[in-house]
Amino acid sequence: MKEGKMELIRDGKRLSGRGFEELSSIKIDVGVLKRSDGSCYFELGDNKALAAVYGPREMHPRHFQNAKRAVVKYRYNMAPFSVDDRKRPGPDRRSQEISKVSREALDPVILRELYPKTAIEVYVEVLQSDAGTRTAGINAASVALADAGIPMRDLVSSVAIGKIDGEVVLDMDAKLFQSIRTMDISNRRHCAHFNVIKYY
Amino acid sequence: MYKVVVPGDFISTEVNRAGDGTYVEDGNVYALKYGVVDDRGTIKVVALSGKYMPVNGDVVIGKIVEISFPYWIVDIASPYEARLRKSEFGRGENIDFGNMCEYLDIDDLIVAKVMNVDVMMRIDLALKNEFKMDGVGRLIEVSPTKVPRIIGRSGSMIRLLKDKCNCFIFVAKNGRIWIKGSSADMDLASQTVMKIANEAHTSGLTDRVAHFLDSFKSEKG
Repeated sequence: MKEGKMELIRDGKRLSGRGFEELSSIKIDVGVLKRSDGSCYFELGDNKALAAVYGPREMHPRHFQNAKRAVVKYRYNMAPFSVDDRKRPGPDRRSQEISKVSREALDPVILRELYPKTAIEVYVEVLQSDAGTRTAGINAASVALADAGIPMRDLVSSVAIGKIDGEVVLDMDAKLFQSIRTMDISNRRHCAHFNVIKYY
Repeated sequence: MYKVVVPGDFISTEVNRAGDGTYVEDGNVYALKYGVVDDRGTIKVVALSGKYMPVNGDVVIGKIVEISFPYWIVDIASPYEARLRKSEFGRGENIDFGNMCEYLDIDDLIVAKVMNVDVMMRIDLALKNEFKMDGVGRLIEVSPTKVPRIIGRSGSMIRLLKDKCNCFIFVAKNGRIWIKGSSADMDLASQTVMKIANEAHTSGLTDRVAHFLDSFKSEKG
């Protein structure tokens, strides 16, 4: 047991040379897709995600319309070439769940009641994956929504958090994932105090 | 100089002056949209993009997408479809199910006024006096948030465009712009409109556009 254990932390840093709270490099490009209402290309280390926002536009099918507010549709999709082994294309249980939690991260900041009966569609394509694609996707989607001119209370930021040898670390590397438990959180600072917000 | 903000950015503590595109929380004014801050009068955030939301009295350019007696369904570049009632043609006209398309057919473009927007976002249109566009000239579409810039303060920009391009230019509130003139004039006009739309968030735009039009003219002549 003992001899099989890997050394994961050296001199207060991770093996990749990053400190516990140090993120890998970030790159953000806005307005990369001409035909969308808002778009963003987001890189977090080796995670690469592309988000496109369409709308608010008419909701189809009609019976999914909400008479009081806009409906946010979120589609997270991984490209077949985004991982080392080919990912079987198309939606699966994993991507459906990620789509749902990502939508719930963005829902509370969008002023959906300003656009009744419409749909705001967010499409996130993961082009390259290195653990934490959903967080890259949420960040990309949030910037793309702002680019589309959609009224929001704040930009949503998102980062993966894990534990290495008892130390809480931000933005983990895929190589370490097999032996380590992780979880994702999204910035939900606004959820707690919704009803006090006034807007004009 | 314009200050660019993104959603959630702190703008000011003057809660009483908070206007469009902002929200108030804990005694501070924050931005609701990605855009530029305008703090003459109330503090507003003028968005750089976004969809057209119809307001009573707006004059818009619409396209007939469907005929559904007694309405024409009109696309006004907004998340919602608008309706035009057959009675807009006056009582004297005998319009019925069969001959509606003789008055306005699918794909026809019209100039119309937004008469009423209800809570269910049903939009009623009224025809303007010269409503038919008859396929003359060109239609270009920009983001409706750029319309105030294309018109300019008290119409300065649009006057400049009309003078220098020698065109009939009509800017509708929903971001559709109708240009009529000779082919070369229309080319210049649409190019200039696109330039204004792309640089809408910068200051001193009217002067730059005037310079652009002059340099173009001198190149040709």
